[in-house]
Amino acid sequence: MSDADFARPAMDVDVACVGFGPAAAGFLTVLSRALANTSGAAKALESRAAPGLPLQVVCYERADGIAFGVSGVVTRAHGIRATLPDLTADQIPMAAAVAEEKLVYLLDPIGVSHRSRTLRLADGILRGLKLARDSACELPYIPPFLEKDGGMVLSLGQFLEHIGGELMGAGAVQIWPGMPVSEPLIEDGRVAGVRLADMDVRAALTVVADGPVGAVGRRLDLEFGRPPGHAHREWALGMKMVVELAPEKALRPGTVIHTFGYPEPEIFGFLYALPGNLAAVGIFVPSWFRNPMRTAYRYLQHYMLHPHLWRYLQGGKLRSWGAKSLAESGRRAEPFLCGHGYARIGEGSGSTNPLAGSGVDEAWTTGAQLAEAVLELLLEGRPLTKENLEASYVALRRKSWVEQGARIAERARDGFHGGVIRGMAGMALAGMTNGRLWLKGEPHPLADLHEYYRGRIPAEELDRIVADCRARGVPCHDTLMDRCGWPAIPYDGQLLVSHQDALLMGGKVQAPAGFADHVRFRDPELCRSCAAKTCIEMCSGQALSPGEDGVPAFDREKCVYCGACLWNCTGNLEFAAGAGGLHSNEN
Amino acid sequence: MPTPLHIVVCGGIVPDPLQTLEPAAPNAAFPAQPSLKNEMMLPAVLDPWAAHALFEAAHLSAQVPGSKVWLVSLGPKAKLQQVMMTIAQKAPFELVAIDGPASGFTDAFAAAAALAATIEQIPGLDRGRLLLFGGWESASRGAGSTLQMVGERLGITEQFQGVDRIAARAEGAGFEIMERIEGGRHQVSLLSSPPAVLGWATGYLPEPRNNPQVGMANMRTIMPALQRAKAAAMNGAGPSFASVRLPAVERQTRIVKDMPPEEIAREIVAWMGEE
Repeated sequence: MSDADFARPAMDVDVACVGFGPAAAGFLTVLSRALANTSGAAKALESRAAPGLPLQVVCYERADGIAFGVSGVVTRAHGIRATLPDLTADQIPMAAAVAEEKLVYLLDPIGVSHRSRTLRLADGILRGLKLARDSACELPYIPPFLEKDGGMVLSLGQFLEHIGGELMGAGAVQIWPGMPVSEPLIEDGRVAGVRLADMDVRAALTVVADGPVGAVGRRLDLEFGRPPGHAHREWALGMKMVVELAPEKALRPGTVIHTFGYPEPEIFGFLYALPGNLAAVGIFVPSWFRNPMRTAYRYLQHYMLHPHLWRYLQGGKLRSWGAKSLAESGRRAEPFLCGHGYARIGEGSGSTNPLAGSGVDEAWTTGAQLAEAVLELLLEGRPLTKENLEASYVALRRKSWVEQGARIAERARDGFHGGVIRGMAGMALAGMTNGRLWLKGEPHPLADLHEYYRGRIPAEELDRIVADCRARGVPCHDTLMDRCGWPAIPYDGQLLVSHQDALLMGGKVQAPAGFADHVRFRDPELCRSCAAKTCIEMCSGQALSPGEDGVPAFDREKCVYCGACLWNCTGNLEFAAGAGGLHSNEN
Repeated sequence: MPTPLHIVVCGGIVPDPLQTLEPAAPNAAFPAQPSLKNEMMLPAVLDPWAAHALFEAAHLSAQVPGSKVWLVSLGPKAKLQQVMMTIAQKAPFELVAIDGPASGFTDAFAAAAALAATIEQIPGLDRGRLLLFGGWESASRGAGSTLQMVGERLGITEQFQGVDRIAARAEGAGFEIMERIEGGRHQVSLLSSPPAVLGWATGYLPEPRNNPQVGMANMRTIMPALQRAKAAAMNGAGPSFASVRLPAVERQTRIVKDMPPEEIAREIVAWMGEE
C-alpha cells in the first residue's frame, strides 16, 4: 500500500511549533502572554482552525520531556531578560548570576596532544618563565566579545522546565513531549503543517525550531535550498557533565572558566560553577579538528583530569551527562527565515553567535521576535504569508542585536581552518574590529588516517589496530589514543566511568517501542569503502559500532540524539525524527 | 449492553526510577518527613504500576460504551503538570489533582485518607458503577497497602490485588478478573457487579502510543483540575523516620543483547556463587 493510499488522521490548529528548545520557549512565552491578555483583541486572536476558541497553538517535542535540553550555558541573557524583565537566577534551580570569569590556556601536562611546533615552543616559554601553574596560564584579559559579565550560568534543562511550567500553567499554549515530527507537509510550495508518526497536523503557520539537526529544518533546506553562499561550514560536538563537587572543593556559584589548548589544541572547554556545589564541565570538539578518529567522551575525561580542573573535580560525582551538535556556522548557514506557511527560529535558523560562544539567548530572542511579528500581523488582520512575515519577523530580526552580533561573527572562525593559532588570531581580529577584519580559511576534508598518525604510529601497525578493532566491533579511538601515549583513565566509579556507564548514570536513554531506527545508511557500498568511519568514532553514546558487513550497526537504545553522525558522514547517512534520546533534567 | 462504568484510577507520580534517588533527612523544605534529594529537579513519571492501571481502565472503558475514567493523583502540583504533558496523550481521562508530597515517605494511611476523601467528592460519580483501579505496588514504596485502604474507606469490600486482566462478560453478566497468585499462576474470579477495587500488576496491554488528539481533549480538563487542586493535609501522626540512607550499590554493568535466557540465568547463578 502506498503512502497515498493510507488514510492518515488529521487535525487542524492555528500554529504548530516543532521542537521545544530556547527558541520555541521564547516564541511561546511572548505569544502565550498576549493570548492570556486578549481584552480588546479577542476577536483578532480567535482561532480559525476552531472558531469560537482562542488561537490553537501546539508545540511538539521529540524528547519525552521538556527538560531534555543539553547545554552548558553561560549567557548574557539580554534577550531573555527583555522578555522576562523580572527573571532572576534564584527563580530557576541550578542557575546563578555570573560572579567571576576566567579565560585559561591549558598546557599539555602529559605531552601527548597533537601540538604544532609553534605551540610547543609557546608552552616551553610559558613554563620557562614560570607563567604556568598547574599546567595552565590564566589570561589577564577577557576580550569583550567573550565576556558574560552580568549574565547567568544555568542548566538548560531546568530553565526549559521552568519556562514550560509557566506556559502550561497559563494554559494558552500546549506543549507535547514524546511526539517527534517526521516532516513538514509541503503542498504547492507552501508548508501546510507537519506530519507526526501517526497523523497530520495542519496549521496556518508552522514554526520550525527543531535545532541544528532537526528533521523538519533539514527537509525545508532540501526543498527550498538556502540563500546564495549560505551553507554549514563548521560544526562542533559539545559534551558535558554535571558534577557534584566534593564538599571541600566548593566553588563560588557563578564562577565561569573558559579554556582552550587541551586535551587537543582545537578543543575548547568550560567549567561553570552552579549552586548546590555543582559544576557543569564540558568540551567542544569542532569539525576543524582533523583527527578522523575524533571522540568526545575520552577527550572529556582527559580534560577533567587536567590538573587545573582536577583540583576542583577530584572526589566529585557524576550527576548527569549529555551531548549535542552545535551549528557553528551561525549566520553563514542561515536558511530562508520564512516562506509560505512557515518561519524558522533558533539555532537551526543560524542564530548562534560563534564568536561570543553564545546561542541560547540568541535563539530565545529570534523566537520572541517571531511571536511579536505574528501578533502584529494577526492584530492587523493580515495573513501569515511569506511577504508579510518577511516584512515583520525578518525585518525585526535584521535590525536587532542578534543580527549585528551574527554579522560580526560571520567569518570570525575561518582562521581555524588554517590552524589553531591562526584561528585564535582570526577570532581576536574579528572581535576587535567588529567583524571588519578576519583571517581567511576554507574547510578541509578530514585528514587521512595515515596522514594524521604519521610519525606516531607506523602505517602497518595502524592498519592492524583498525582491522582488529573493527573485527571486535569496537571503535578505534581508545586503542589509538592508548598507543599514542594517552594514559589509561583511572576509573573511580563516581566521576571517571566507562562510556556505557555514563549513559546509565548520566540520565536515561529513551527508545520507546514502535518507532523505526532513525539512523540509516543509504548505500552500503559507500560505507564499506569508507576507511575512517568517523560516524562510529564520534558517536556520543556508542550507538554506532562496526557492523559485520562493513556497514556501521546502529543501536537506537543507546542513541542520545546528538546528531554528530550526521555531519561526520559525507551524505550517506539518514538522520530521521525519532522519539527518545537522552533525558536528564539537569543538563 | 453492560452498564457504563465509572472507573477511578489512583495514580501517583514518582521520580523516574532509573535516576539515582538519594534520601535526605527532614530539612527546612520538608520538615515533617524525609524527602528525596533533588526531588523537584528529577524527572517524574506516572508510577509504572498505576500507569498500567490507567491503560487498562482506558481499554475497558472503550469496550463498555458510555463509561468514564478519572485519574486521581496526589503529588506536587508542578510535577503533576509536567507528568500530565506526557500521560495525557496516552488515554482519555479526567484529572482530579491533589497537591501533596510524592516522595514515597508519605504515610500510606494518610495518603489513602486524602485519596478517599477526594474520590467521595467527585461530582457525578456513581458508587454503584465504580471500579477503583490503581497499582498493587508503587515504584516509590512497595507496601501495596494504599489502594486497599482507599477501598476500605469507600466501603468497597470486593478487592482484587495483582490483577493482570479484566474482561467484561457477555450480556452484562459481570466481569472475569485474573489475579496473580503464588507459583507464577493466576486465579480467575467472577465479579457480578461493581463496586470493586483492582490493584493492577503489569497487565498485558502495551503502553499506548502518544496521540495528540487525545492529549488536546484531556488538556481541557487537566489545567483547570490542577488550578483547583487542594493541598492535602499529610502532616498528621504517621511513622517517624530515625534515619534514612541510600543502600550500598555495587555496579557491575555489562550490556549484552540477544543473549539466551538460559545463559543469563547461568551467569547470574555463577555471579551469586562468587558473593
